[in-house]
Amino acid sequence: MKLPALNNKSERPAELNRREFFKSGAAVASVTLAPGVTLMAFGGEASANADPGKRWGMLIDVNKCSADCNACVTACSEENGWKLDGNPETDPQWIRKIDLKHKETGREASLPMMCQHCEEPPCVDVCPTGASFKRVDGIVLVDKHICIGCRYCMMACPFKARSFVHEAVEDQKSNAPRGKGTVESCTLCVHRVDKGGTPACVESCSATGNGAMMFGDLNDPNSEIAQALKNYPSMGLRDDLRVNPGIRYTNL
Amino acid sequence: MMRLVATLLVLIGLSTGAAMAESTYPDIPKAVGAPHPEGNDYMRINHMRLMRHDRDLTVHEGDRSIKYSIKECVACHAVMGPDALPISVQEDGHFCRACHEYAAVKIDCFQCHNSKPEDGFIDLLKQTPPATDDEIQAYLDGMSQ
Repeated sequence: MKLPALNNKSERPAELNRREFFKSGAAVASVTLAPGVTLMAFGGEASANADPGKRWGMLIDVNKCSADCNACVTACSEENGWKLDGNPETDPQWIRKIDLKHKETGREASLPMMCQHCEEPPCVDVCPTGASFKRVDGIVLVDKHICIGCRYCMMACPFKARSFVHEAVEDQKSNAPRGKGTVESCTLCVHRVDKGGTPACVESCSATGNGAMMFGDLNDPNSEIAQALKNYPSMGLRDDLRVNPGIRYTNL
Repeated sequence: MMRLVATLLVLIGLSTGAAMAESTYPDIPKAVGAPHPEGNDYMRINHMRLMRHDRDLTVHEGDRSIKYSIKECVACHAVMGPDALPISVQEDGHFCRACHEYAAVKIDCFQCHNSKPEDGFIDLLKQTPPATDDEIQAYLDGMSQ
C-alpha cells in the first residue's frame, strides 16, 4: 500500500481519504473487524486516478503564442462541446485568447486564458455547497451534481475563468457533461489526464508547431515542465493574490 | 335475473380493467449488450444508486474504471430511430423514458449528460467481456455496506 504523501508546503499530512481506505482494504481483499463483521473492498482492483502525489499544471510561453492563432480555443470547444453564443456576457469561458499591449513600451503579447487551477482556489473557498472543489492532484473542478448555480465562484475568481450555462444544452460530449443552471470552467481535460493523456489545447498547440503550451506534473522534479520552471523565469497571473496558480506563464 | 346481470356487468368491468392495465404497462426496449448479471429486477430498483455511488468516485477521485456509468447505460440501451441513429430522451421510445413516464419520475440526468451514445461506443461495448460472478458479488457487497 502506498502511504499518503506529505504536503511539503504546510507540513500537513494529506488526509487518508475514503478511497485510500478502501484501497488498503483491497490489498488484503477483506478485513475482519469483529467476529461476523467483515469489511469488503469495493469492486476488486480500485483505480483512483487522482494521485495526491501529483500536481498537474501548465507552462505557457507567451513568446511562442501567436496573436492570430486560435487553435487551443477551437480544440477545447470541440473536445468539450461548448460553443460561443455570440453574447460576450454569457459566453462560456473555458478558454479564451487575450491580447495585451504594454502602455509604455508598446510590446504586444497574446496568451490563452483559462482556469488557473490555483493551489488556494477562491472559488472553492466561497462555494456554499461544496460543488467547487480541488482534486488531490490539483485540478479544480465543478461537481455539477451538487452545483446550485449561485455563481458565487464566478464572482470570486480573479481570472474570470468560470461561466454559467444560461440555456438548455443538447448533444453534450459524454466526457464533458454540461447543462443549464450550473457553472463550468476548464477541467484541464481531466478525462484525458486520468487516462494518461494531455489536455486538448496543449495537443493542438503543438500540432500547429507553435508549441507554446507545456503540460505536466509540477511535483515531479524530473518532468519537463518542472525542469523548465526551475531553469527559466516564469510567473503566475496575479501572483499578488497568493493563490499559486498551476498555470504559469513565461516571457510575459 | 337482476343478480345475473349484475354479475355479468362486474365480470365485464374486471376484464376491461385488466386489459387496460396490460396496455398501459411500459413497452421496454431491448438492450444491445449482454444482460445485467444482477438481473433486471435488481437493476430496476437500484440503477440510480449504482450510478450515484459511481459518479462521486469518478468526479472527485478520477476513478474511470467504474462498473456502472451513465455513458454505458445510454450506449447499451440505445434505441435506434427511423434514420438508424440513436434517439435522444426528447423523443418517444427512449429506453429511460419508457419506465420513467410510467412511474411519473422526472429524470434529471440528461440536463447535463447526453442521452445518446457517442459514435462507435456501442461497438466498443460489445467487445467488453461481461463481469465475473466474483466481481459482481464483491461489488454488491460493497454497495450494501
